Amino acid sequence: MKDTLGVTRPIITLDNVEKYYGDYYALRGITAEINQGEFFSLLGPSGCGKTTLLRTIAGFEEPSSGRVTIDGKDMAGVPANVRPTNMVFQSYAIFPHLTVAQNVGFGLRREPLTRKEKERKVVEALEMVGLKGFGARAAHALSGGQRQRVALARALILEPKVLLLDEPLSALDKKMREQMQMELRRLQRQVGITFILVTHDQEEALIMSDRIAVMFEGQIAQLDTPQVLYRRPVSRQVGEFIGVMNFLPAKATVGPDTHIEVEAAGLGRAVIGADQLPGGWHPGQTQSVGIRPETMSILFEGETTDRRVATGIVEDRAYYGDMTYYEVRLDGVEKPMTISMKNLVGRPVLERGSQARVAWDARSLVLFA
Amino acid sequence: MKRPLRVYAILYLAFLYAPIALLPLFAFNDGTVIAFPLRGFTWEWFRQLAEIPALHAAVLNSLTIALSSAALATCLGILAARAATRFAFPGKKGIMGLIMLPLVLPEIIVAVSLLVVLLQLGLSLGAWTVILGHVLICTPFSIAILNSAFQSLDLSLEEAAIDLGETRWSSFRLITLPLVMPGIISSLLISFTISLDEFIIAFFLTGTEPTLPVYLWGQLRFPQKIPVVMALGTILVVASVILLTIAEYFRRRGAARTGQADTGGFL
Amino acid sequence: MNEGRTKRRHGRSETAQGYLLVATPFAYALLLLAVPLGAIVMFSFWTQDYLTLDKTLTLKNYREAFSEPLYGELLIRSLLVSGAVTLATVLTAFPIAYFVSFYVPPERKSMWIFLITIPFWTSYLIRVFLWKVILGYNGVFNTTLLGLGIIDEPLTFILYNVNAVVITLAHAYAPFAILPIFVALEKIDRTLLEAGRDLGESYVMTFFRVTLPLAMPGVVAAVLIVFIPTIGDYVTPRLVGGPDGLMIANMIQTQFLKLNNAPMGAALAVLAMAMVGAVALVFLALTRRFLRGQ
Repeated sequence: MKDTLGVTRPIITLDNVEKYYGDYYALRGITAEINQGEFFSLLGPSGCGKTTLLRTIAGFEEPSSGRVTIDGKDMAGVPANVRPTNMVFQSYAIFPHLTVAQNVGFGLRREPLTRKEKERKVVEALEMVGLKGFGARAAHALSGGQRQRVALARALILEPKVLLLDEPLSALDKKMREQMQMELRRLQRQVGITFILVTHDQEEALIMSDRIAVMFEGQIAQLDTPQVLYRRPVSRQVGEFIGVMNFLPAKATVGPDTHIEVEAAGLGRAVIGADQLPGGWHPGQTQSVGIRPETMSILFEGETTDRRVATGIVEDRAYYGDMTYYEVRLDGVEKPMTISMKNLVGRPVLERGSQARVAWDARSLVLFA
Repeated sequence: MKRPLRVYAILYLAFLYAPIALLPLFAFNDGTVIAFPLRGFTWEWFRQLAEIPALHAAVLNSLTIALSSAALATCLGILAARAATRFAFPGKKGIMGLIMLPLVLPEIIVAVSLLVVLLQLGLSLGAWTVILGHVLICTPFSIAILNSAFQSLDLSLEEAAIDLGETRWSSFRLITLPLVMPGIISSLLISFTISLDEFIIAFFLTGTEPTLPVYLWGQLRFPQKIPVVMALGTILVVASVILLTIAEYFRRRGAARTGQADTGGFL
Repeated sequence: MNEGRTKRRHGRSETAQGYLLVATPFAYALLLLAVPLGAIVMFSFWTQDYLTLDKTLTLKNYREAFSEPLYGELLIRSLLVSGAVTLATVLTAFPIAYFVSFYVPPERKSMWIFLITIPFWTSYLIRVFLWKVILGYNGVFNTTLLGLGIIDEPLTFILYNVNAVVITLAHAYAPFAILPIFVALEKIDRTLLEAGRDLGESYVMTFFRVTLPLAMPGVVAAVLIVFIPTIGDYVTPRLVGGPDGLMIANMIQTQFLKLNNAPMGAALAVLAMAMVGAVALVFLALTRRFLRGQ
């Protein structure tokens, strides 16, 4: 939520947070600011430290060094039960011996409210997550999606400054997951609380988040908005983890007129805009370029273009109904690259072994070390 | 394969229940000799039970010992089962191995080893020495029952309670304790039953006041007392079955409460 | 993701909490089990003359145990009886465990297990005594067979000898054998058996090549949990064993409570445990080799 001046301010500040067990580093030099009211995701493969980081924010783990600040207060030595955060656990951790209402109202036990007020809050919370009238049900009789809603209501009823979600959708089936993604997003806008989501599903992170921190091996590899992460990944690892990206060996040179030129295998030479360069770039560091499948297209017979054109052979293709994914090996390149094409009306599907002309733009190249 | 196995299983059950099935026959048999044919129905032996003060003292003594042993063994069981299921620590296998050892150790070994130590220390035997021994042999059973109760607990449950503002202790009290309570009750009942029935340790460690099994052992030598023993045995079997049914009920309710599949069995 | 969970285990406070919890039961077992067991070993190297205990270390008790034929006979008999009981119990228990695990519908399994365990929880003394009633000269077994005209005079080889001891103990330890085997069978993934059949094995061969090896851990546990405690049984040999059916526990009791020779009793106890331990270890080693050879 922006404050009255419309300026974003950090609700959580992570200052060089580290966590190690013996000589094993689970978290290394984590420094980040998470803003008031944003939907923030920690994305990475399993074992990257994202859950440890979430648990460190929640207070279930003490950082080995560094500082966690929530709403301006240093959290060192502050136990989980007094932190202004609440958590939705991966297993939902619904108390099986309590009813839905007792679960949702669990955190109100110590609040100075009358019973009436507590009951009203529980009813409101259940209504908010779409479980109106479920209060008297036994918790262990709920479905996966319902358990998740109970977990959400239970965490939100305390009006935390930050809601922490540990892979909350991983136990749901695909349909349910997609529905809950939209609902979580809606809920977050409605309550205006900062959400921090841990997920290993890049698509989920892209769909839901305002900003994403991509983590590998205990470190934040890149922290940015979904668009920037997708379009301008800072490393091949990030580019590979989010969506599909093709990589080609490449060399960069600074031309006589200070234009930067890249020579990529199979594509040829291209001039790169200054905005496409990573910070602190120098020509020697560029070893490869990355290009997304949907930024290229195959030219069918008779089609012309003013874009750059490369040639190759269709090695394989996969028909998805709405899309066709081609594996095209460009001339002079060993590894085939993936190109995705919309299956528009009247557009043919190329057979294996066909010659293919591939249209591409220098604007969509990403330079990597 | 199913049919012969089924027949075998039923024969096996008959073998298992044969001795118990005979108990009531002789308990209500109007004859002093324990043999067929039966002579007719009588309540006489049950009536006589009410008139033996030594028996009443033994029953009282046994109940005291069984209640104390069950309570103590269950407390130790809770601690050990929680440590074993929730925490990892070096030497865990060895420590748990020692605690579980009485499960396979012949009871006479437990009995004589405790006896020599107690006598060397110059302590006099009594109900409390029997309790010491019974706690030792009941604890492994208690741990076995509670282990499965603790194991089926999601670790996040307590964390969730802490996250919602409870302290470590209050979250244990509000969440973990109610969830393992069926296991605790079933541990209490099982330990109680084991202690009530245990003979060897009581035989060695009891002082001047015999426990019920020790008293029974004395009676078995006198043929004329056997019908009364049969009557007593009948009562004991009925009591055990009731206790076990309650224990089983709580174990199942515990399983149902946490929504897990019922796999059956105390051990 | 349970990455945090598994690593969290190595945290120092987790270890400390684990120790804190386990400390009381561990101290109890240490003081009332480990120390007394040590004391028994200690005692076995002492001697006692009526009430005076001589604490000079000596092998006298062990020498006596080996030279006095009665002790040797009792030890060997105990071992053989334990072995026979174990064999009988495990062999008869396996089909029951197999039946309950494979042929009883899931919702009725716990009912069966409950039925199997109930007799075990009823008074041990009375159960053993009733076997005496069943197997006796005028017992249930003989009168039934006589009544049916199967035999002409009562069978005498079934009471007051080793046979009676084996039957009674096999009855007493039945659940101890059934439960571990049942648990092991329950853990077997049923698709493995289908895979075995699918790969062309017959029903019988699937049993021997898939089911039995996978059930072996349960069988091994059953063997140990029956064999080890059985050797120390006191009540059964005393009630149904007759003079030729007595076992080492009866002698240990006599030494301790009647002859006031605790050191001799201790030596016999140590010897009995050492023998059981040795046999158990050999058995474990053999089964381990057998399982690895599979």
